[in-house]
Amino acid sequence: MALTHKATVMDEKGIMQALRRIAHEIIECNKGTEDVVLVGIRKRGVPLAGRLQAYLNEIEGSSIPLGILDITLYRDDLTQRQDQPEVHTTDVPFDLNKKHVVVVDDVLYTGRTIRAALDALIDLGRPATIQLAVLVDRGHRELPIRADYVGKNVPTSRSERVDVNVKEIDGEDRVDILEEKQE
Amino acid sequence: MQTLRRKDILGLEEMSAEEITLILDTARSMREIIQRKIKKVPTLRGRSMINLFYEPSTRTKASFELAQKYMSSDPISVGGSSSSLVKGETLKDTVRNLEMMNIDCVVMRHPVSGSAHYLARNVDISVINAGDGMHEHPTQGLLDMFTILDKKGRLEELKVVIVGDIRHSRVARSNIWGLQKMGAEVVVAGPPTLMPPDLEVFGVKYSPQIEDAIGDADVVMALRLQKERQEGGLFPTLREYAELYGLSPQRVAHAKDDVLIMHPGPMNRGVEISSEVADGPRSVILEQVTSGVAVRMAILYLLLGGTKEE
Repeated sequence: MALTHKATVMDEKGIMQALRRIAHEIIECNKGTEDVVLVGIRKRGVPLAGRLQAYLNEIEGSSIPLGILDITLYRDDLTQRQDQPEVHTTDVPFDLNKKHVVVVDDVLYTGRTIRAALDALIDLGRPATIQLAVLVDRGHRELPIRADYVGKNVPTSRSERVDVNVKEIDGEDRVDILEEKQE
Repeated sequence: MQTLRRKDILGLEEMSAEEITLILDTARSMREIIQRKIKKVPTLRGRSMINLFYEPSTRTKASFELAQKYMSSDPISVGGSSSSLVKGETLKDTVRNLEMMNIDCVVMRHPVSGSAHYLARNVDISVINAGDGMHEHPTQGLLDMFTILDKKGRLEELKVVIVGDIRHSRVARSNIWGLQKMGAEVVVAGPPTLMPPDLEVFGVKYSPQIEDAIGDADVVMALRLQKERQEGGLFPTLREYAELYGLSPQRVAHAKDDVLIMHPGPMNRGVEISSEVADGPRSVILEQVTSGVAVRMAILYLLLGGTKEE
């Protein structure tokens, strides 16, 4: 099925503003950045978490730890998939106990990735709180999961795809909505 | 390449460099899990496995069981005199019966070369060869390559010398196939009576004198002198073997400073390797054991983590 471009919902400036706002909200919510750590979900959550880290450090003059989470081994659809996902390394080189962990991902959709991420995080330690920051919330949750920080709410239909591009991986910053082409 | 398109892991002879690379890459991610406080991921929850050991084993068996448990599968190990493996049932019957218990995978060590291939042809579930006679021990070959890759950063153009009883060694065969596919040069050394008669089919160089081979070696791998597989008369005495072919401090002094000393275990200290070398700074023998769990987790994930119906 061919996908065609329907709309661009965020550009470089929009993404920057959204992440900066999220950084301020994280500080407000946690009354500073003490004991706050960031964990990006592979793949595009990682560069987004890196940018949040830079903004938070810039605003607070602090140095916030950043970890990388690979949730492949925690997926609930492994037995249903033909194309086996490649396993990458989880790299959380700090203690999560009693920390306020902000999980960062690009798109929140069914909630299943976040469910897997929660299991993976709890295997690494016992955080004080786990919070969720996403660049785009597109709806259609299949699990009782919500984000604490949202860059942009984008109403979509299930047949559409949200395509997040980030400079670090894709060479540009842009969020597009793609739709299946009607023959 | 993302998926192993095969049912079984039987030997490295039939595997491609891409498949080996995929396993080694996946093993690197698995090693992080072993270092966690909570050493468990839910990936293979609900999968059951049977480890059939028709020969004694400590390391390989423990390593497979740990890997299976770290991946949340349910393993059962059978072996030794407590099981009906000694009652004369054929291999095919044993596994067909076990298959009826709806298991997903068999790991087998067996004294007969080719037994893993035979089993794989006769059952629908995945078979992992944990050593078949003098044929292959693929997971050992993979964990050796993983250890070398971890320490040296590459396998291409490394010179690996395997010393000792090549003839009876499934570890040597798996390493020879695997390392050469990954671009390493393999040289074998040891008494001519302990070389396989068909050495040329492996494509390796033979050096009767160890000293000649190890001068520019990046890795020196000592093999266990397998007393249980000797038909007699292949070498005079253990002492003479140690004298001529054992890895002694004097002999290893000829090698490069950053040479890696390896041994698949269990070691006959004072025979094929001296304690001083085995416990010395260049030895990675204990790292090999940790690598073993990571490599086996990777294989289990790649074989059983997805659906296989085509």
